[in-house]
Amino acid sequence: MIKHRLFWPICVLAGLLLFNLIYSPDFFSIKMRDGHLYGSLIDILNFGSPLILVAIGMTLVIATSGIDLSVGSVVAITGAMACLSISRSVDQNALITVLIAVLAALLLSALLGLWNGLLVAGFGIQPIIATLILMVAGRGIAQLITNGQIITVLSPKYQYIGAGSLFTLPFSIFIVAVMFAAASLLTRKTALGLFIESVGCKPTASRLAGIRSRTVMLAVYMFCGLCAGMAGLILSSNVSSADGNNAGLWYELDAILAVVIGGTSLNGGRFYLTGTLIGALIIQTLTTTIYMVGVPPEITLVVKAVVVLAVCLVQSDKFRRLFRGRGGRGKAGNYPANREVNPHA
Amino acid sequence: MLKRQYVPLFVTVGLFVLLFAAGSFRYTGFFSLQVLMNLLIDNSFLLIAAVGMTFVIVSGGIDLSVGSMIALTTMISASLLQQGWPPYIVIPLVLSLGILFGTTLGAMIHYFNIQPFIATLAGMFLARGLCYVISINTITIDNAFYTTMAQTKIRLPGNTFVSISVIIALLVVALGIYMAHYTRFGRNTYAVGGNEQSALLMGLPVARTKIMVYGFSGLCSSLAGVVFTFYMLSGYGLHASGMELDVIAAVVIGGTLLTGGVGFVVGTFFGVMIQGVIQTIISFEGTLSSWWTRIVIGVLLLLFILLQKLLGERRLAERS
Repeated sequence: MIKHRLFWPICVLAGLLLFNLIYSPDFFSIKMRDGHLYGSLIDILNFGSPLILVAIGMTLVIATSGIDLSVGSVVAITGAMACLSISRSVDQNALITVLIAVLAALLLSALLGLWNGLLVAGFGIQPIIATLILMVAGRGIAQLITNGQIITVLSPKYQYIGAGSLFTLPFSIFIVAVMFAAASLLTRKTALGLFIESVGCKPTASRLAGIRSRTVMLAVYMFCGLCAGMAGLILSSNVSSADGNNAGLWYELDAILAVVIGGTSLNGGRFYLTGTLIGALIIQTLTTTIYMVGVPPEITLVVKAVVVLAVCLVQSDKFRRLFRGRGGRGKAGNYPANREVNPHA
Repeated sequence: MLKRQYVPLFVTVGLFVLLFAAGSFRYTGFFSLQVLMNLLIDNSFLLIAAVGMTFVIVSGGIDLSVGSMIALTTMISASLLQQGWPPYIVIPLVLSLGILFGTTLGAMIHYFNIQPFIATLAGMFLARGLCYVISINTITIDNAFYTTMAQTKIRLPGNTFVSISVIIALLVVALGIYMAHYTRFGRNTYAVGGNEQSALLMGLPVARTKIMVYGFSGLCSSLAGVVFTFYMLSGYGLHASGMELDVIAAVVIGGTLLTGGVGFVVGTFFGVMIQGVIQTIISFEGTLSSWWTRIVIGVLLLLFILLQKLLGERRLAERS
């Protein structure tokens, strides 16, 4: 059982929850108030939903041995776009206004994903660099849309996306559930997941095997953009405003962290959506815990850093070998030329 | 005959000249030696950090921790100075911390096979977080040495001046050029970046080179932090946020290949200068907002990457 890939992530999550239970007994209590459920667990799911969405998209991108650094900027751009089109309209609360704004923003986010995909699959630029362009320029574009200010909207219908509730639960949880189910079904019940993994192992080989590796990559980057766009809508609607400068700041890093904690290797070729889900929940629980314990929230960054390092070290074969003693080391490992050299992504 | 490997470098220099000329034609008062000097004054810390980053990228890695390291340096310096530590202890201390930080990251990257991207990302979180552990507020510096360093103007012919930071930055650039092209360390760095496996088979000290590269980058970013402290006269956890991207952009615009093995410190120098010129043009224009800088840098980044791609593919085609 210890060998199971989800064993350690679940242990960490359980450990965090257990700590919370001991530290404050009413952590697990969920109250019913005005027809809505309230409680720390619900909060974790609610506030964690944008991160989970972004991380789902990021998992698939990383599975193709790519990486998408632009998700934070896409979050900022879509939030700005949606808020701008709502604030420009006559009746901010009209259903058609909100629908058009949401659809336009999602379309834009998919286009931004397509742009990344074109650079990576079409021009063959390294993913980290290709998406760096949109990461640098994207925040500028978001500020251009909001004109450098924070756009505030007065639209209860738009606010429903991030702050509304359905069947006593926050609406954003349902968005995440639908996206997660869709991604899992598409990748695990159809051949798409295999295609993605084969592209991640070797694009050329998979093309020779008859897979349209470029199309797969384009689709994956578009999906990632779309996920980031949804996260942008949830974040901006939750606070009814768009901030081009700070919305989605460092989201790319949190998302990558969630994916890595979930056991997906950055070398690509394998991915675990459930692991990502747990990884994102770990990050959100950690943040909540830090707030609750009363440690200054700024220290979250230090804790996150330690977690990243610990996870990376545990994933590293050489590190594990160090602790397992010499038993695992084969004879071949003694020759420097036989040592594996991993070119970085 | 122009060697193909120099083409990106010439494009970078040409672009800088072009941008400066365009600015001079469009705005009165742009074409002056002092504007050129101001580019150096305002970007000296960027320049220092970018020299370190050039080595890292040439070695085939990447260092995302520079911006946070600069912030951490300003924070440690400011808080120690506030407690009455003398500058001649504080500065060597922060510089050695920078080396230690970079070396640790390098060792992790090499010995545990962690991708440079992830390891330095963790370093970035760590350094930024430590800033806030020290304080979440701005700490101002009123130390006599620091204010002297900030205010001293070195007069140059032509009625212009530069700050001491510029001298430090130019020295670092000169050191970078010397190290890259005239020392064994530099050659090893290019070899490791070109092909790590081959470098290993050739018997080059791959481990030492990689770790030293990150150590050097750590030293450069903490030195950049010291210069930044002179510039801002304060320590703050949000100083230089997102600067790692500016630094990477400068290195790429300077013609260094992100796949490693190819690049020039001189190119990086002009990459920083191009970013500076764009900012100056935008501030001269007045009506353009500062976020245009980021968009223009993004577009330039794209153009240079496509150019490198084009040149790289031609080179491959010639070989085969």
